Amino acid sequence: MSDKMHIKLTVNGEDKEFLAEPRDLLIYALREKLNITGPHVGCDTSHCGACTVTLNGKSVKSCTMFVAQANGAEITTIEGIGSPDALHVLQESFKEHHGLQCGFCTPGMITRATKLLEENPTPTEEEVRFGMAGNICRCTGYQNIVKSILAAASEINSAKEAAE
Amino acid sequence: MNDMTPDREERSANLKGMGCSRKRVEDSRFTQGKGNYVDDIKLPGMLHGDFVRSPYAHARVVSINKEAALALPGVVAVLTADDLRPLNLHWMPTLAGDKQMVLADGKVLFQGQEVAFVVASDRYVAADAVELVEVEYEELPVITDPFESLKSDVVLREDLEGQTEGAHGPRKHHNHIFTWEQGDESGTNQVLDNADVVATESMYYHRTHPCPLETCGSVASMDKVNGKLTLWGTFQAPHVVRTVASLLSGIEEHNIRVVSPDIGGGFGNKVGVYPGYVCSIVASIVTGVPVKWVEDRMENLMSTAFARDYHMTGKISATKEGKITGLHCHVTADHGGFDACADPTKFPAGFMNICTGSYDIPVAYLAVDGVYTNKAPGGVSYRCSFRVTEAVYFIERMIEVLAIELGMDSAELRRINFIKKEQFPYTAALGWEYDSGDYHTAWDKALKAVDYDGLRKEQAERVEAFKRGETRTLMGIGLTFFTEIVGAGPVKNCDILGMGMFDSCEIRIHPTGSAIARLGTISQGQGHATTFAQILASEIGISADSITIEEGDTDTAPYGLGTYGSRSTPVAGAATAMAGRKIRAKAQMIAAYLLEVHDDDVEFDIDRFVVKGAPEKFKTMKEIAYAAYNQAIPGLEPGLEAVSYYDPPNMTYPFGAYVCVMDIDVDTGVPEIRRFYALDDCGTRINPMIIEGQIHGGLTEALAVALGQEIAYDDIGNVKTGTLMDFFLPTAWEVPNYETDFTVTPSPHHPIGAKGVGESPHVGGVPCFSNAVQDAFRPFGNRHTNMPHDHWRIWQTANRLGLHD
Ligand code: FES
Ligand code: FES
Repeated sequence: MSDKMHIKLTVNGEDKEFLAEPRDLLIYALREKLNITGPHVGCDTSHCGACTVTLNGKSVKSCTMFVAQANGAEITTIEGIGSPDALHVLQESFKEHHGLQCGFCTPGMITRATKLLEENPTPTEEEVRFGMAGNICRCTGYQNIVKSILAAASEINSAKEAAE
Repeated sequence: MNDMTPDREERSANLKGMGCSRKRVEDSRFTQGKGNYVDDIKLPGMLHGDFVRSPYAHARVVSINKEAALALPGVVAVLTADDLRPLNLHWMPTLAGDKQMVLADGKVLFQGQEVAFVVASDRYVAADAVELVEVEYEELPVITDPFESLKSDVVLREDLEGQTEGAHGPRKHHNHIFTWEQGDESGTNQVLDNADVVATESMYYHRTHPCPLETCGSVASMDKVNGKLTLWGTFQAPHVVRTVASLLSGIEEHNIRVVSPDIGGGFGNKVGVYPGYVCSIVASIVTGVPVKWVEDRMENLMSTAFARDYHMTGKISATKEGKITGLHCHVTADHGGFDACADPTKFPAGFMNICTGSYDIPVAYLAVDGVYTNKAPGGVSYRCSFRVTEAVYFIERMIEVLAIELGMDSAELRRINFIKKEQFPYTAALGWEYDSGDYHTAWDKALKAVDYDGLRKEQAERVEAFKRGETRTLMGIGLTFFTEIVGAGPVKNCDILGMGMFDSCEIRIHPTGSAIARLGTISQGQGHATTFAQILASEIGISADSITIEEGDTDTAPYGLGTYGSRSTPVAGAATAMAGRKIRAKAQMIAAYLLEVHDDDVEFDIDRFVVKGAPEKFKTMKEIAYAAYNQAIPGLEPGLEAVSYYDPPNMTYPFGAYVCVMDIDVDTGVPEIRRFYALDDCGTRINPMIIEGQIHGGLTEALAVALGQEIAYDDIGNVKTGTLMDFFLPTAWEVPNYETDFTVTPSPHHPIGAKGVGESPHVGGVPCFSNAVQDAFRPFGNRHTNMPHDHWRIWQTANRLGLHD
């Protein structure tokens, strides 16, 4: 097809360089070229949020962005949030409050939730529901997702208070 | 041994057995993005398949020119029906006794039908090549309405022309599939003719789609050196897929391995066998390398597995006092271009004959006519046991309409007609034997919990305020009492393509006292790895944390019929308990030998066998497991393993009482769910946390269906709802918090008394949301309006009733 472009990304703290076509979507590059399969494809039309990543500090649906547009960006996916030995508070909280079932939406949900809590560290339930409205879950009915996020928020805040 | 000393309490807690809200063992990998779904599978040299699909709903395929596509670098093959014909794979049998084109054979019958399969080096190249395949079509008249279809001269299924007998009896017209009759027609008519009161209503349960967040897909890998085919895919019934793949391909079954990896939700969508699976297999056989096919969302909504699409007409009769005397139901079922409904073989309309609901109705009659149209095939059970959603919606609407006819409160009408506790086991007029129930207790608990009388008072005040012009919102109270029928088998009634609907569990206890159990089912989010270990922990006294549950690999798991229709707990859960009991029986003999007493002198106590009357003499299951492998015990084989294939004696009948309170803005048509109370009785509760999660999820899918989700077609068969822009999936913003509650009426025939729960909230939720909308308008003369109640349709109802004047 068309000429390939030279792309540089920082993904989960690691520098990546590869060739891509101008039309390659970011989700495609992550999943197929970099083998980062945490973000999923649920709709291709930016409705479901399963493909959510953090790009230069913002929540982005990676199915609706060309990898060329992301050139030079810093990206965090679910794989870069917490580690098996030290899970992120949100990961713990989703486990604790049964915030997932099939798990397909979960990487996008948790990735989005990390940003939501940075944008608004003390959200009300309504603010959580509004702030997560770009992420669809077919299994949980959201009740326990909302609970997980609110619980994580208060945990983060009380840890902060304790540190101060 | 039943006193709970602190020691026994602690031992029991350590087991994490039945009844505790054990945290899920699946969650570590999912929360870290380490799930392994079908699209995550990558094999060396793997190619990608993509479909050329028909833009027309009904057309003759005049010619297909592959040249330009094949000339594109990276394209390896383009398959059409002509390529599949020599293998006899251009058509495939459906689960409903019909057959379906794998690739268009001379004509297409619905928009989005698979016409050619392109195989290329990557997804983008495959998509480019799809555009380059030139297909010449000759348009044919399109029929999207089943009533019109039965009158039309246009023959949709030319391959069946002249066949007056179908898989389910006579066909009355060339577009007719079957008539399925149940019950006593003349007896019912007689009762209706002589009744005090008869309510009649027609309702359309619209076409919708299960739409799990992960679409369908497969990866086929034909290893020509060893003659082995491995197929990974989104299969709710992997063993059945293996058998079908063997029958279709001629590859012996032992040379086929089917694997369901993690599945991103199923809800019925992943029960069927789709052309994509078949094409990925053929393409791998042809190319000799692995081939992946994953549909996109639009393909999913257009071509794999619709649900519902039932046009139902009911007549219900009662005495003046409200005692129901008879029920008549006729359904015109739109099955689309092929009858691919996923039902047990003998049930072409699933368990629609549970439509007498929770009520003691002396006589009833049901007839279902299946019809071909130019719509996608499917007819899956979207989060319900086969067609139970349709049946429950039907009866719960008929109850409301009858209440209007009688001028009665519908909660009271339900109460006086419930099957009474002492009537169980109860044989319904349409044949089912309900195993157990206590409906009055559940109903009273529900009405009390929501202060039903208070709500009705508030509603009446609201109506007055509305009439005085003080408010523009109305209040609706939606009621539903449902009875589900889940857990198919028994084998004598229920089979899928001839395979009896039993299920299975195989357990191996390891020498150090941990275990692995493999089942014939497959989780799609239900948490089997967590809950089945809990059942087993309680049965065999080994902590759930020391038990691995494995499903979905046909090379290792015992044969099972899969997970749908809430059958995992009722059938595989029973198999698990039964296999566990076999382990326990052998463990008892080992313990007796070790303790040097007679077998009958030891008894099971939580995690050990103790000598009766001498609790200080015992052997723990850990010790017993070790002994099973290192001691020569006279008369006993070494090892500690068991397998159970469980054929349930009956279905189970979970039930529930739901109440929804809704405020509706008559000027915008926007409903606001103020309260939703759900009481479920699923018998013995294995993991309350997971049960609640299932209820939240099922109710949300019910909200979607009732309030906006549909697969809609225009007159020429274009799908109008092919993306998530138009197909309604509620977000966190639209969904309320639900209040859950329960009663416990264990199933008398199930080894642990469990009944299954995943689908109840959907079955009960849809009529409850719908009844709330309808109830809000009842004071203004509304009797029935069809779902989905989206804002526009609610506004139209308000308008029709003159509320905007
Ligand atoms: S796949 Fe990106 S939003 Fe759905
Ligand atoms: S857990 Fe299945 S889609 Fe959210």
